[in-house]
Amino acid sequence: MNATPAPILMMEHVTVDFDGFKALTDVSLSLSPCALRVLIGPNGAGKSTLCDTIIGRVRPSSGKITFKDEVITDLAEQEIVRRGICRKFQTPGVLPTLSVMENLLVSARKNRSFFRTFTTKVPAEERESAESILEKIGLTDRRDVIAADLAHGEKQWLEIGMVVATDADLLLLDEPTAGMGPQDTQRTAELILSLLGRHAVLVIDHDMSFVEALNGYVTVLHQGQILKEGSVAEIRADPEVTAVYLGRSDDDDAAAA
Amino acid sequence: MKLTYKHAIGAVVLLFGAAAPWLISGYELSLLGRFLALSILAMGIMLTWGEAGILSLGQGVFFGLGGYALAMHLKLEGLNLANGDMPDFMVWSGVSALPRLWYPFANGFFSLACVVIVPGAFAAMFSWLVFRRRVGGVYFALITQALALAFSTLVISQQAYTGGFNGLTDFSTLFGWDITSLGAARVIYWITLVLVVLAYMFLSWLLSSRFGVMLRATRDGENRVRFLGHDPVPYKVVAFSIAGTLAGIGGALFTLHSGVVSPALVGVVPSIEMVVWVAVGGRNILWGAIAGTLLVNFAKDQISSALPSLWLYGLGALFVLAVSFLPTGIAGLFQPDTAAERVVRRMLTRTKVRTAE
Repeated sequence: MNATPAPILMMEHVTVDFDGFKALTDVSLSLSPCALRVLIGPNGAGKSTLCDTIIGRVRPSSGKITFKDEVITDLAEQEIVRRGICRKFQTPGVLPTLSVMENLLVSARKNRSFFRTFTTKVPAEERESAESILEKIGLTDRRDVIAADLAHGEKQWLEIGMVVATDADLLLLDEPTAGMGPQDTQRTAELILSLLGRHAVLVIDHDMSFVEALNGYVTVLHQGQILKEGSVAEIRADPEVTAVYLGRSDDDDAAAA
Repeated sequence: MKLTYKHAIGAVVLLFGAAAPWLISGYELSLLGRFLALSILAMGIMLTWGEAGILSLGQGVFFGLGGYALAMHLKLEGLNLANGDMPDFMVWSGVSALPRLWYPFANGFFSLACVVIVPGAFAAMFSWLVFRRRVGGVYFALITQALALAFSTLVISQQAYTGGFNGLTDFSTLFGWDITSLGAARVIYWITLVLVVLAYMFLSWLLSSRFGVMLRATRDGENRVRFLGHDPVPYKVVAFSIAGTLAGIGGALFTLHSGVVSPALVGVVPSIEMVVWVAVGGRNILWGAIAGTLLVNFAKDQISSALPSLWLYGLGALFVLAVSFLPTGIAGLFQPDTAAERVVRRMLTRTKVRTAE
């Protein structure tokens, strides 16, 4: 890492309290524009809660979140998305009765005002962006299939495509390879790496082979607190992180995922 | 636009529809006219329930608002208000002077405007209040059912202003035109048919527009839509408001055909019946809503005149059968294995699994 650019997202001392259970305790995290960050940690570490907090699905009890120099802690979900953050959910959140292309076009709408929807015309710019994403996620010949009929891996890619189609500056990808075989996992890693020139990406996963393929800066979360930050090699070598995973081998992790 | 066999079928149906006054008896024509008026309302249910996933068990309210708005004018037309004349039922109820609320309805154009605007505006306001708080699904259905109950109770209790349980009836003219003649019945029938076609064309366009896609997207995953940066509330409110407007227009036309509007048509039971028409016809296919309305209502006419006590059981059985075996209704039989049908089937099997647990 050379001279650090101004962070695109900053979480400062964020605590999330679910009726006494602290899902996140005093978490501070900053993400750089167009960079990759991988968030790992055992089940229940608070990884998804962290995503939920950024996107406004869960409200922190204390602390603040700043995105592009604007405090977004109390904005409505769609307002946060409009500022330029979009999230992929853990279980594929595609729109099942819409075709692949329609899913992407709903995501790619530049002007999100509902007044603009009383037309059958799709702006050329949005259509082109959807077409190029369709190609990127390898679903060009599946464009008219409804999303419910896609294979599991295809749904995951479609949702990544939808998130990319919003043209958000920060993408949060929650377990993008859940339920995928090794080959698809590798393709997903390549897909994510190809996004970095344009978007900052935060990936949650616990499949270590996938994390290694991404080879990004890693943050380890444990019991709602940040345990360690560093490169993949540093994290691998860290005894504390190994202890947290209770000596479980990578293969077990992959199987658990 | 490419002409297909579907256009040909549509043209034939429309031709028979337009020629119906010469093909069927006056009684049958009167029934057909009423049921077509109801099918305008049913298309609104198709829009909200089928396409937007909003189940309303209170469409009778909007139907009633449209019906009463027109009926109030029909009761006043021909009366000399300056002379202190009042509708017959008010005289019987011992009302001393025409209530203020009634005065503007002496104007026919005001009344017609109310038929279109009041149900739509009320539906928009009501649904905005509910959807803004993110209340949906079964809870929304229950709230609308309570609304239907409250509305019919209110209408019955305010006998002096609304005609109470008997409703408003005994109309003679509209804009000075005798609406009780056989010729008038035909004209009202054709007006109804034209409005059915217009509503059909409008909704076909709406559902093919980006608005339609956003509506289905909201039905499929309201949170996903929100987390793509869209506010789902206006889509749902607009859809519900359009359905309310259509119900109001249907109610006004029904009142013209039947010559009566009463609480018996606006309460909980009729509101649920309306949903059954659409469930039987097909909630994701526009013509299914019309077909279902005609079919169920003609069946009701036949069965309830032969065996009056049997109808309610028949209706219940019909609903259960439609929901369990024909999730996309009769129209779904003609378009088997469509995307919507598969998804609805999947949803049903998932629900079954969940209840089994």
